[in-house]
Amino acid sequence: MGRYVARRLLQMIPVFIGTTLLIFLMVYSLPGDPIKALFGDKAADPATVARLRHQFGLDQPLLTQYWNYLTGLFKGDFGQSFTGRPVADLIGEAFPVTIRLALYAFAIEVVIGVALGMLTGLKRGKFIDQLVLVLTLVVISVPVFVLGFLAQFFLGLKWQLITPTVQDSMNLGQLTVPAIVLGALSLAYVTRLTRTTVAENLRADYMRTALAKGLPKSRRLGVHLMRNSLIPVVTFLGTDLGMLMGGAIVTEGIFNVQGIGNTLYRAIQTSEGPTVVGIVTVLVLIYLVSSLVVDLLYAVLDPRIRYA
Amino acid sequence: MRGAKSATWVAGAIAVALTATACGGGSGSGNNAAVDPNGTYTYYSTEPQHELIPTNSNEVGGGYIIKNLFRGLVDFDAKGKLRYQNAESVESTDNQHFTVKLKKGWKFHNGEPVTASSFVDAWNWGANAKNAQLNSSWFEFIKGYEDVHPKEGDPETDKMSGLKVVNDNEFTIELSKPVSTFKERLFYDAFFPLPKAFFKDTKAFGEHPIGNGPYQQDGNWEHKVQFKTKKFAGYQGVDKPKNGGVIFKFYNTDDSAYNDLVSDKVDIMYKVPNSATSKFKSDLGERAVNEPYGGQTTIAFPMYDKEWGKPEKAKVRQGLSMAIDRDTIVKTVLKDAYDAADGWVPTVVEGYKKDACGEFCKFNPTKAKQLIKEGGGVPGNKMTITFNNDGGHRDWAEAVCNDIKQNTGVNCAAQPRPTFQQVRNEITGKKMDSAFRMAWVQDFPNISNFISEQYRTGAGANDMGFSDPELDKLMDQANSAKTIEESNKLYGEAEKKLTEKMPSIPLFFDHTLGGYSNNVQNVKFDTYRQAIWTDVEVKKK
Repeated sequence: MGRYVARRLLQMIPVFIGTTLLIFLMVYSLPGDPIKALFGDKAADPATVARLRHQFGLDQPLLTQYWNYLTGLFKGDFGQSFTGRPVADLIGEAFPVTIRLALYAFAIEVVIGVALGMLTGLKRGKFIDQLVLVLTLVVISVPVFVLGFLAQFFLGLKWQLITPTVQDSMNLGQLTVPAIVLGALSLAYVTRLTRTTVAENLRADYMRTALAKGLPKSRRLGVHLMRNSLIPVVTFLGTDLGMLMGGAIVTEGIFNVQGIGNTLYRAIQTSEGPTVVGIVTVLVLIYLVSSLVVDLLYAVLDPRIRYA
Repeated sequence: MRGAKSATWVAGAIAVALTATACGGGSGSGNNAAVDPNGTYTYYSTEPQHELIPTNSNEVGGGYIIKNLFRGLVDFDAKGKLRYQNAESVESTDNQHFTVKLKKGWKFHNGEPVTASSFVDAWNWGANAKNAQLNSSWFEFIKGYEDVHPKEGDPETDKMSGLKVVNDNEFTIELSKPVSTFKERLFYDAFFPLPKAFFKDTKAFGEHPIGNGPYQQDGNWEHKVQFKTKKFAGYQGVDKPKNGGVIFKFYNTDDSAYNDLVSDKVDIMYKVPNSATSKFKSDLGERAVNEPYGGQTTIAFPMYDKEWGKPEKAKVRQGLSMAIDRDTIVKTVLKDAYDAADGWVPTVVEGYKKDACGEFCKFNPTKAKQLIKEGGGVPGNKMTITFNNDGGHRDWAEAVCNDIKQNTGVNCAAQPRPTFQQVRNEITGKKMDSAFRMAWVQDFPNISNFISEQYRTGAGANDMGFSDPELDKLMDQANSAKTIEESNKLYGEAEKKLTEKMPSIPLFFDHTLGGYSNNVQNVKFDTYRQAIWTDVEVKKK
């Protein structure tokens, strides 16, 4: 187990370097000059431009810039945004908000999704099953931004149940609706995925054995059925956490949540290289860690899977 | 592809539903409710891009906060008239040597008195190339600017020879050449004074700015959320706040802010999003604002282009201008959010003359065709209007092209570029080969700001590469004129002269499209499309 974890951690290094290099190259090939853009409509003063370019190291070859960036990262330095603030500060402000929103959405999709999936899986073909199938189909087919606008319009403006935008990004109560919107799509997937595996596993040999042994229902369903049915769901959930963080761009925009999605969106618009690369670097790390956790969870859920 | 298509359908249906149900709002609000002199209100804004240092902030998010924390020597009132603030007087006999006397008793928020050095030191610091300030070019007229801001390399001195402190309340400015509007320019943020604390730690100051204006910072800058200010008790200016403070609330999108405005969660918004221009009147009722401000839109031509640079093409441009039915476009496509332009200077700006552009900005398809023919036609009989797609310009660009196509037979196409930045890059790189969108928003409400910045040879915003020695001479004369009236008159002549070469075609004058909530009253907008912050009254709850 220990060796497996070590190997996985080592694998992260090339993935990490590869992704950051790719992003770095992509951002710097975007059209437009971010330093000149700082001057807005006004003509840029060449002396100031040259000085700023030098200050941000933009006058060096691209690979040198990347190397400087990478070595800075290992010292915990994310560099400076073109507007003068350390990127680490920007990340530090925005990530807690998005993590909160994403975890909230994640919790909603896990609890409700798995519960609904179990329910419909056990009651396959009944009315409740049909109903949930139709509802999840609707959610899957409607884009997130439409869902967000609808929620904002009806709940916020029409019926005035919530404020149209989030006034305090750290207030969990206000984040409820954005979190539901954000998690809705994955919720539908989790429900359907759980339903299918539950329905399948109900007919498995070990379930019949458990029944024959006379185990109580709670143990049969809770330990035997659920544990086995959750493996594909956990796989999905693991990658989904990263998706949620990135997918928050749309939801954060609609509800004015001051999180990572917005910071990233703006940075891309203004070709803010250091900020974009910094944020994406953290996102990559989150992906890597969550997929590692998923792999380790397999072993916990299914004792037959063991890592040497 | 299928998914994308269905998304558009759903979005379309929702848009219809939204507009249909949005009607019927906007009940009139009592206009004279009891006022709470210490009440605060929220102002729609965006997160400042830079630390809050006057010489380094050139975008609205930071600019609005700085304009409230600081007061310069002069500023403009709601009507665009110049008035003294921290200065008792700014006098000159030749527009080159100025004597500035300060009013006594002005203080910074930390209690430090505002003296002549507070100005002189701040300007020297801002102009210094070492500090790489974005607004440093504002000091370029001051004598000795080249010494602190050389084109290359480090400056040898950190003081401009044109600035001299006489005593605590007086200093003199010498310019390298006469500038008739220098006093007007002094209103700009770059000329704000700075306290001693600034020079000790500029970084810390950027987070906790200390000014001499009507409001002071209240608590920490909550990045991306809000910036709170409160009334400064020691404020000495003529515009004492009628409220307790302004809270600048940062939004990511206009649309989300607009929803907050309609539900009274944000109090003042100076620009409603494009998606709301057709419904904001019904949403807000009498709290909706639609009035002209100091901004204009033209389509400019690359005078450096082989074809467009030919002298006879002036006639072609005049003809193209006459083929555009501005009034109809304003009414139908732009929904009265603009006025049809009759010259290069907006109506609300000092020095505006009615019909400065004359018959060339009047719709006349017959004459249009004739002029274009006389000028040898549009090169290749086809042209494009390049614009940035991220700013909502597509509708008018297509309408203008349609007019040109229908009335002259010239093949015209609106040509989008994805972002403002990209289009600017092409323009400043002199890569255009046909018409492109050009827009200008006043730095200060005077005709010179519209003509000199855009049409003087080599000027900063002369995107056309336009050059006319006669025009330059006229502007030089205007700049050394004794009075502002005389200067305005000469600039008026220069504007008239623009019609001869027609380097750009005036299209529209901009409007402030804004609104305010039920919590506030006495909300007026100035020619900068900013609310008069200090005049806003907060209703008692």
